[in-house]
Amino acid sequence: MVDFINEMPSLQAYLLLAALLFCIGVWGLINSRNAVRVLMSIELMLNAVNINLMAFSSYVDGDLIRGQVFAVFVITVAAAEAAVGLAILLSLYRNRVTVDMEQFNLLRW
Amino acid sequence: MTIVGTTELVCFLVLAAVVVAGSLGGVRLSNIVYSAFLLGGVFMAVAGLYLLLNASFVAAAQVLVYVGAINVLILFAIMLVNKREDLKAIANLTTRRVVSAGVCLGLLALLVRVVVTTPWNLPGPAAVGEEATARIGEHLFTDYLLPFELASVLLLMAMIGAIVLARRDVLATDVVTGEVADQGLIEKSSTPLLLERPSS
Repeated sequence: MVDFINEMPSLQAYLLLAALLFCIGVWGLINSRNAVRVLMSIELMLNAVNINLMAFSSYVDGDLIRGQVFAVFVITVAAAEAAVGLAILLSLYRNRVTVDMEQFNLLRW
Repeated sequence: MTIVGTTELVCFLVLAAVVVAGSLGGVRLSNIVYSAFLLGGVFMAVAGLYLLLNASFVAAAQVLVYVGAINVLILFAIMLVNKREDLKAIANLTTRRVVSAGVCLGLLALLVRVVVTTPWNLPGPAAVGEEATARIGEHLFTDYLLPFELASVLLLMAMIGAIVLARRDVLATDVVTGEVADQGLIEKSSTPLLLERPSS
């Protein structure tokens, strides 16, 4: 079961790295007070998911590589998300003149 | 261990160290410009990991889209909104940090447990290696054709949406009557709309 130490880098090594990266992204997402940094944390989490997909595609699905196709789609959606997110951030900044997440409470009960 | 395996292992360890250190610095550094550049380094290192996994096309796409587009977009956003502001102190900040770190460590422990204890179906089929790019093309134009076309529509929608959201202009003439619009509106378009009024 734990013989993956011998033949590093194995599937498990990539999955562990992706898990660590995802957790760092979640922590940054919760704790950032700058709205731009929140978007950067989201990109980190998307990259962690992509590493997972690529590792599975290479080690478990070696002949069909469906994971790589999924990763391409994830990259596409990430680009769209970044563009729209930064546009929202820009218009929010013009209206509130701050990027502090604690000040964005327009929709809060 | 063969020399090929050792080289691969060393490359993996270096790239993993860059990814982890860069992302930690990206979320912790106080200067957000440094964070953005560290994020570019993380994206490059992830592209290197893709190369280790025999995925040259996705690695190139990662460099082009993440480093070339998203990171540059983030840098532009930082330049546009870069105002030195002293963030107001909020109550229980330390408590919040500690609790969220605990939650993230719990999530990490859960994921590590899943990764280590699951009996993965290894070794899978032989990897296609350098043929991967041609195989991705086949997938995109046969069984993943619909998502591929939908992705183009999504990108178009995102582009139009970003333009609409990011611009704020007041028409100089009224569309219906053709009269010159209220000059005050045009002047107001350069002032913030939603600033909090001083509480009366």
